[in-house]
Amino acid sequence: MERTTYNFKEVMSKPERLAPGHRMCAGCGGTITVRTVLRALKEGDRAVIGNATGCLEVSSFMYPYTAYEDSYIHNAFENAGATLSGVETAYNVLKKKGKIQDTFKFITFGGDGGTYDIGFQSLSGAMERGHDMVYVCYDNGAYMNTGTQRSSATPQYADTTTTPAGKASAGKVQVRKDLAAIIAQHHVAYVGQSTFTANFKDLYTKAQKAIYTPGAAFLNVMSPCPRGWGYEPSEMMNICKMAVDTCYWPLFEVMEGKWILSYEPKKKMPIEEFLRPQRRFRHLFKKENEELIAQIQLEIDKRWEELRNKCN
Amino acid sequence: MAIRERLSGNEAVAYAIKQINPDVMPAFPITPSTEIPQYVANYIANGEIDTEFIPVESEHSAMSATVGACAAGARAITATSSCGMALMWEELYVAASNRLPIVLALVNRALSGPININADHSDSMGARDSGWIQIYAESNQEVYDNYIQAFPIAEDKRVQLPVMVCQDGFITSHGVENIFLVEDDKVKCFVGEYEPEHYLLHPTERMAVGPYAVSNYYMETKRGQRQAMIQARQVILEVAAKFKEMTGRTYSFFEEYKMEDAEYAVVIIGSAAGTCKAAVEQIRNTTGKKVGLIKIRVFRPFPEKEIAEALSKVKAVAIMDRSEMFSATSGPLGAEVRAAMYQAHGTAQVVNYFYGLGGRDITVSDFEKIYDNLETIARTHIVTGMYEYIGLREGTLQEEK
Repeated sequence: MERTTYNFKEVMSKPERLAPGHRMCAGCGGTITVRTVLRALKEGDRAVIGNATGCLEVSSFMYPYTAYEDSYIHNAFENAGATLSGVETAYNVLKKKGKIQDTFKFITFGGDGGTYDIGFQSLSGAMERGHDMVYVCYDNGAYMNTGTQRSSATPQYADTTTTPAGKASAGKVQVRKDLAAIIAQHHVAYVGQSTFTANFKDLYTKAQKAIYTPGAAFLNVMSPCPRGWGYEPSEMMNICKMAVDTCYWPLFEVMEGKWILSYEPKKKMPIEEFLRPQRRFRHLFKKENEELIAQIQLEIDKRWEELRNKCN
Repeated sequence: MAIRERLSGNEAVAYAIKQINPDVMPAFPITPSTEIPQYVANYIANGEIDTEFIPVESEHSAMSATVGACAAGARAITATSSCGMALMWEELYVAASNRLPIVLALVNRALSGPININADHSDSMGARDSGWIQIYAESNQEVYDNYIQAFPIAEDKRVQLPVMVCQDGFITSHGVENIFLVEDDKVKCFVGEYEPEHYLLHPTERMAVGPYAVSNYYMETKRGQRQAMIQARQVILEVAAKFKEMTGRTYSFFEEYKMEDAEYAVVIIGSAAGTCKAAVEQIRNTTGKKVGLIKIRVFRPFPEKEIAEALSKVKAVAIMDRSEMFSATSGPLGAEVRAAMYQAHGTAQVVNYFYGLGGRDITVSDFEKIYDNLETIARTHIVTGMYEYIGLREGTLQEEK
């Protein structure tokens, strides 16, 4: 694999493969994930982009306009994994038969709804079969396209429209499902968890590895949603930094069964720093809910310890 | 020279797949169609074909991957039955609206519940509005012949629609019959190379599949699919004519059996037509009564004018439905045939029967009774209900009339 030093300016001046003019919100993390991942494609390489139904799909491919510079397929909500496995298999056959000369890469995007929940089986199947493809989850922690309903990726105690905080409820009861670890247990070629930090170096280099490591790869990218989380768009990069510095969203990768921690904060920040700028956690800062924040902190500490042990 | 063989319906389909050598087959096992992917996997394992088999984790993924493969530019197929197709339901519509010429071998089986593995048409009849061409078979020979004809129909530029090749679970899928196979090179030549115009992996163009289409565009999409269905009629007949040249075997939208002078007709789909033909023979030989049969081969596009014409001279018609749709008026075939006759100002008395649900047998003597009933109805002009049952155990329910 080619390993070059990361040059932010150079990377950012690569041609965009997601054209402007799509209808995603200002301050949307999902779009940034897509642009960053697609930048990791070598310029001569062609790609087929897959997409589960969700915000991204309905906003980037509204007939008769597509925002994608590459071939693109949206099929349905729960089958982005299976659909791209069909495309990839077709490529292998047609290549074998000499009907195709170009090199194609296969990258599919799904939100946490299409990935953690309704598309979980299809994802698991595609990963287990080992198709040479990358499944990228732009994880914004709820079903945002339909208006912020909870998902299994929603953090505990978040206020969502199906787990509203109220007099008798503190928001979502359950803790997050750890999807990156579950996919790692499929023993796939590459798993990476990332978000937007350090001039996108982490996400960009993980995307390169995911795309160019032969076999099935999974990227889980925390992608903030201004409407669902309730933050000012200008706050997004700070929220991402706090997510990794509090160890709420650790950066790691799993290659050939080996777990590697990508980043260890010099000073692990208290979880309040991540929660405070977000409207979905506002109720936790009432005096009577101090205990809930302490609980969240305990869960994070526990998972961080587990991860560090795996990475040793 | 045609090759004489003894094959089950599933073996016949698998053999046709081997001859056609498609690019991609994603599939998930379900009784009674399981053998088809098994045979294909064996052909692949023995290096007899270069199809790629995707052992998907569900039928939803089977059709999803088939859609992906076909959109990518591959000739893509799958096979299923019953609940397997029900799980594909969403994808059936996606395949049709994306105008993907997928061929699905459907081995008809009753839908749950209660769970039942035997033949009826509830699976394909439920999918009749999904935009797929549907072709049905009476015998193993017909399954084989229909399967080969499905590709040039689906892939014709005037059509570009997916095709469901249907056969009755166990009755033909597992029943072994004498069959004439076409030589490999002739099949290859008949089906031809798959050369799509636009596809994801195209060397010089890019393509986007599966848009979000708002109300400004959606309705025209559906009208486009209808146009393809209309054009499919001509293509189905052209392909049948070419097939006849190759094999001598005749196919059309439906088969008319002893209909030239028939006064009483049964309209039916699938394997039970064979039993009905035996009844027709027997009645004509023993009583001289003018009875006949129409066996529907193509249910989508429905040949409404031709059916109405074929029934224009009979006195009474029994339409046989092998699936429920819980309509107050009829089963699915009953509804189509009645509507076609009504529009053509047909004068025959019509009775609609449910039979064979969940694999219940229907016998020659059942059909004899049906023809007796038709005679009575033609004489008295009294049809007691919009629908009736054949072979339902009496006393199991109190029907409110």
